[in-house]
Amino acid sequence: MLEVRNLGCVRGDRRLFSDVNFGLSPGSFLQVQGPNGSGKTSLLRLICGLLAPAEGEIRWQGANIHSLGEDYFNSLSYIGHRSGLKEELTPIENLRVTSGLAGTQLSQQQATSVLGKIGLSGREHLPARLLSEGQRRRTALARLLTSETSLWVLDEVLTSLDSSAVRFVTSLIEEHLNKDGIAVVATHHELDLSADSYQRLDLAS
Amino acid sequence: MFRWIVVRDLTLAWKGRVDVLSTLFFFLIVVSLFPLGIGPETHLLRLIAPGVVWVAALLASMLSLGRLFANDYQDGTLEQLLLTPQPLYLVVLGKVLALWLVSGVPLTLLSPVLGIQFGLSRNTLFVLVVSLLLGTPVLALIGSIGAALTLGLRGGGLLISILVLPLYIPVLIFGAGAVDASIMGSGVQGSLSFLGTLVVLSLVFAPWAAAAALRISLE
Repeated sequence: MLEVRNLGCVRGDRRLFSDVNFGLSPGSFLQVQGPNGSGKTSLLRLICGLLAPAEGEIRWQGANIHSLGEDYFNSLSYIGHRSGLKEELTPIENLRVTSGLAGTQLSQQQATSVLGKIGLSGREHLPARLLSEGQRRRTALARLLTSETSLWVLDEVLTSLDSSAVRFVTSLIEEHLNKDGIAVVATHHELDLSADSYQRLDLAS
Repeated sequence: MFRWIVVRDLTLAWKGRVDVLSTLFFFLIVVSLFPLGIGPETHLLRLIAPGVVWVAALLASMLSLGRLFANDYQDGTLEQLLLTPQPLYLVVLGKVLALWLVSGVPLTLLSPVLGIQFGLSRNTLFVLVVSLLLGTPVLALIGSIGAALTLGLRGGGLLISILVLPLYIPVLIFGAGAVDASIMGSGVQGSLSFLGTLVVLSLVFAPWAAAAALRISLE
């Protein structure tokens, strides 16, 4: 259960938004919309605890996320609009390292099969800097296949993905919601989800 | 999980080994130019050896600091590291350990070879290695605070030097002091135990301070 109460965000001397309220129970999906610069990324970073709120609070399972400390990160997966990949490492190495850091040990074979599922077979041994933008996105998203976290926070994940990858990510999110997960996604695309609670938050209003 | 941070940074260091080698090369050049420039005056060389080797080691450590967080900050992996389910203290400690393994340790291993050029005795070479082995982790740990504070700033390199130099000075004084004492034939335990104290203190406080600085830099 993720609850956001009276949340306000100030960056520099500009107020991005104030009085944002929502509650997400297991299995619900929130699409964050708004024009460029309206604070979508800041909202997602607030939810991850990377930013401190100017006012209001964010509660996870009833507790303020800043009081939870590292425990909160056991239930959180964040994919930012910067892919979070090391250019020098291959997709396999990237995936094994990020999963290892999140506490899931992946063998070479497991990593290969996960990357195969997300459509990167044959590219596993190329350094990430040689991959196309869409392939890099896929590598970053591969992490979601191995994680057992219940809260996904995804920033502009559908950018530079082709239609089959968009379908794949949509089905991935759908599966996550069916397993009582929660997803917060900032995107301009409408997602084709059959989720019971598809909520929208427009930061412009 | 701690292991993964060290493995990750060591792999990255291996893939970008030119950067790592350039630091080491800098140390090697600075130290070996002194005997060539001063000439075969054994007495003088022996007197300046501790200072020269230690100053070069200090500058080489400072050069390597820029790599500690800046690359991870730029590609967004630092954000991911902050969101891993372990204390940020350990993340910083792992990164500093990896940095020390690829910069401090090779530099320490290289130092006796360079010390021979200055006509240092075997005993003194041993003290030099021990002092660097204790001193270089302190330099890396203190440096991590500066690197975290100046993250994402323009002219960060210069700022790091200004921030960390005052904190480096005690390490330099006692590190070079230990080698000096060994040349003079007086006791080296005092200086070395002081360096040991600095290792413990910086192990406890530096990663913690750097972690706090990282949180601020990433806001």
